[in-house]
Amino acid sequence: MSPIEPARAKTAEVERFSGWGNHPVVPAKLQRPERRKGLRPVGASSLARGQGRSYGDAALNSLGTLVLTERLDRLLGFDPKTGDLTAEAGATLEDLIEALLPLGWFLPVTPGTRFCSLGGCLAADVHGKNHHVAGSFSAHVRSFELVRADGGTAWVTPQEDPGLFWATAGGMGLTGMVSTLTLRMKKVETSWMSVTHSPARSLDELFDLLDDPVHDAEYSVAWIDGMASGSSLGRGVLMSGEHAAPDQVPSGRAALDWSPERTKSLPFSLPSWALHPLAVRLGNSVYHWAQGRRGRFVCPIEPFFYPLDSIQHWNRMYGKRGFLQYQFVAPPETARATVRTVVQSLADGGYGSFLGVLKKFGPQGEGLLSFPMPGLTLALDVPMRHGIEAVLDRMDAVVADAGGRVYLAKDARLARAAFERMYPRLEEFRQVREACDPSSRLGSDLARRLGLA
Amino acid sequence: MTRGPVLILGAGSTIARHIGLELAQKGHVVVLAGRDTEDLAASASDVTIRTGRACLVQFFDATLEGAGRLAMEATERETGPLEGVVMAVGYLGSQEEAEHDPDEAAKVMESNYTAPARALLDVATVLESRGGGWICALSSVAGDRGRHSNYLYGSAKAGLTTFLQGLRARLVHSGVAVITVKPGPVDTSMTFGMGKLPLLAQPEEVASRIVEAIQRRRDVVYVPAPWRWVMAVFRLVPERLFKRLKL
Ligand SMILES: Cc1cc2nc3c(=O)[nH]c(=O)nc-3n(C[C@H](O)[C@H](O)[C@H](O)COP(=O)(O)OP(=O)(O)OC[C@H]3O[C@@H](n4cnc5c(N)ncnc54)[C@H](O)[C@@H]3O)c2cc1C
Ligand SMILES: NC(=O)c1ccc[n+]([C@@H]2O[C@H](COP(=O)([O-])OP(=O)(O)OC[C@H]3O[C@@H](n4cnc5c(N)ncnc54)[C@H](OP(=O)(O)O)[C@@H]3O)[C@@H](O)[C@H]2O)c1
Repeated sequence: MSPIEPARAKTAEVERFSGWGNHPVVPAKLQRPERRKGLRPVGASSLARGQGRSYGDAALNSLGTLVLTERLDRLLGFDPKTGDLTAEAGATLEDLIEALLPLGWFLPVTPGTRFCSLGGCLAADVHGKNHHVAGSFSAHVRSFELVRADGGTAWVTPQEDPGLFWATAGGMGLTGMVSTLTLRMKKVETSWMSVTHSPARSLDELFDLLDDPVHDAEYSVAWIDGMASGSSLGRGVLMSGEHAAPDQVPSGRAALDWSPERTKSLPFSLPSWALHPLAVRLGNSVYHWAQGRRGRFVCPIEPFFYPLDSIQHWNRMYGKRGFLQYQFVAPPETARATVRTVVQSLADGGYGSFLGVLKKFGPQGEGLLSFPMPGLTLALDVPMRHGIEAVLDRMDAVVADAGGRVYLAKDARLARAAFERMYPRLEEFRQVREACDPSSRLGSDLARRLGLA
Repeated sequence: MTRGPVLILGAGSTIARHIGLELAQKGHVVVLAGRDTEDLAASASDVTIRTGRACLVQFFDATLEGAGRLAMEATERETGPLEGVVMAVGYLGSQEEAEHDPDEAAKVMESNYTAPARALLDVATVLESRGGGWICALSSVAGDRGRHSNYLYGSAKAGLTTFLQGLRARLVHSGVAVITVKPGPVDTSMTFGMGKLPLLAQPEEVASRIVEAIQRRRDVVYVPAPWRWVMAVFRLVPERLFKRLKL
């Protein structure tokens, strides 16, 4: 064996494997290269998997192999003049924050957890609380290296290979395995956030808050109580924020600092009674009261962007049966009615959830399968319970009729026909994929379900 | 304590990479030495970006004549006198294959014992003549008792452990510390795919323990620590019984 040849790749077989929602659970064959050379398609069907923070079956491949990128996490270059950071695709957002926030650089776009890989963020073209001003993740990716289905590598930029670039952004790993990428970081003066919480007693009030230009902060998102019903249906809190100026930093604290809370862990799955609707409702009321009262304040980056990250494995709270997350977006014309129908239908069916997030999106990016488009997006956690699938199938129809779409990174159950109604650039995506993976060597359970592989 | 430069031999190892990061965080200039210099260059960039400290790369193949001496000389031309050297070279191979393939058997024995020991003899001579510094080498709990499933690897590590013991006794007089590390199973490519292993440790936490042991100039450390007691019990089992255990 020549020394620089990667060692024989070993495969681990796992009986039960899943995404963040712990549903579905499937058997898996895993490989885990420790070096970039080992990242390449294997066998008849394979897929790159990052941190497994997608909820459903996007990062599962029960008929093939998953190539884990978690060990490919090295930071390869940083240019303080431009903020361009190049890293291996398995590096997490946390890795970037830890290295660069103390130097005054933050992520241009971040999802609600920092425990995602860069590859996963590109493949899902994730959005953050600043979508209305910053667009989605791919808008800040300058270039990436892609290991293609045939094992060859390509250096992809939006200028030179727009087809492949925009099929990979949001392409859920189906155009190849991203091995490195360059992201333009954003300069910040402090690692503190100046935050405003504005409570809303009903869905209409919340919609109005979201539309009111007074609340046009750089970051904004509304928390919505998925359990409240009747006149308080859709009550919530609009949380908006800006990076704090140096003079807003609490006295005695460093302006640039990264010292997240030590994470606590939920060690085992909670029993199902913990999710009894009453328990959830109680929890929500307390949260609503507490958050609404806080008004304006300054806090570190971490609690503002990553409130859930302080408890590891919080997904176990939903017990062994797991949960679904339903996230959709609907265009401005139909947004309010669609959100209302979905919240109402879930609450009526007793499927209400504690974690509802409502946000206004800005202009659409160029990713062929990217999720964000102008309008309102709503994300709700729904515990796996009997009958939920039928309710959500009906919601899919409502969303598709409204001209909206469901987010694949959260999805475990959308039907192919509904999917095809939601993504107008699907044909373009299929063409690129046909060209870069003609024999379908890249595949996932999600791709097979939706007719993408 | 002074923070002198450190040379890591076999730095392509995932454990070693994290030792490098940890040492750089503590203020050492780290030199990553190994065969896959392209990959090491990526690790070096990582160390520099994460710690803000210079990190260099050096070619090193333990099986080559004079490898230890050459790597050390080349490194010191860049960094000045080294404070310490970490030896992480190792190769698990396949016991089954090695039983039928003498070349594979020789490779396991060489990679875990003769090659690292030869390189360390060179290193020892230099540090001894200067009257200070330390050597830290990764052996294994596998060297504490021969088992059916990995006795080739285990015996080579046993050789390394004994070598380090003797070297320690030689160097104590010149103020050079020798730190023997005996990890239990660590979650790296060496163990990936072997199913659930007892007390499987993560490379980062193992690296932290090792750096701690270096700073405290310990003689022998097991990581994670409970392996000391597990192996103590293991060694007590009478051979008449032990030979029949499927281990
Ligand atoms: C608490 C929480 C909050 C979240 N908040 C948001 C949010 O605000 N906005 C948002 O957009 N999303 C959000 N998400 C979803 C999450 O950001 C995405 O699912 C993201 O893709 C997860 O990254 P990952 O590394 O875990 O990817 P995985 O889950 O491992 O994979 C996701 C997809 O990316 C592909 N992929 C991964 N790595 C590569 C690679 N190297 N090359 C090619 N393809 C690859 C996989 O094949 C798969 O299709 C949230 C998730 C959680 C758990
Ligand atoms: N993982 C475990 O469970 C475990 C348990 C106990 C002890 N250990 C020991 O810990 C050390 C690190 O292991 P690891 O788990 O990190 O495994 P690893 O990633 O396989 O590391 C072994 C390293 O040794 C290098 N190497 C092998 N032969 C070499 C040679 N002739 N010249 C130069 N370098 C050579 C390899 O270099 P290349 O990069 O060029 O291949 C590789 O980087 C090893 O000594 C191992 O025996 C590991």
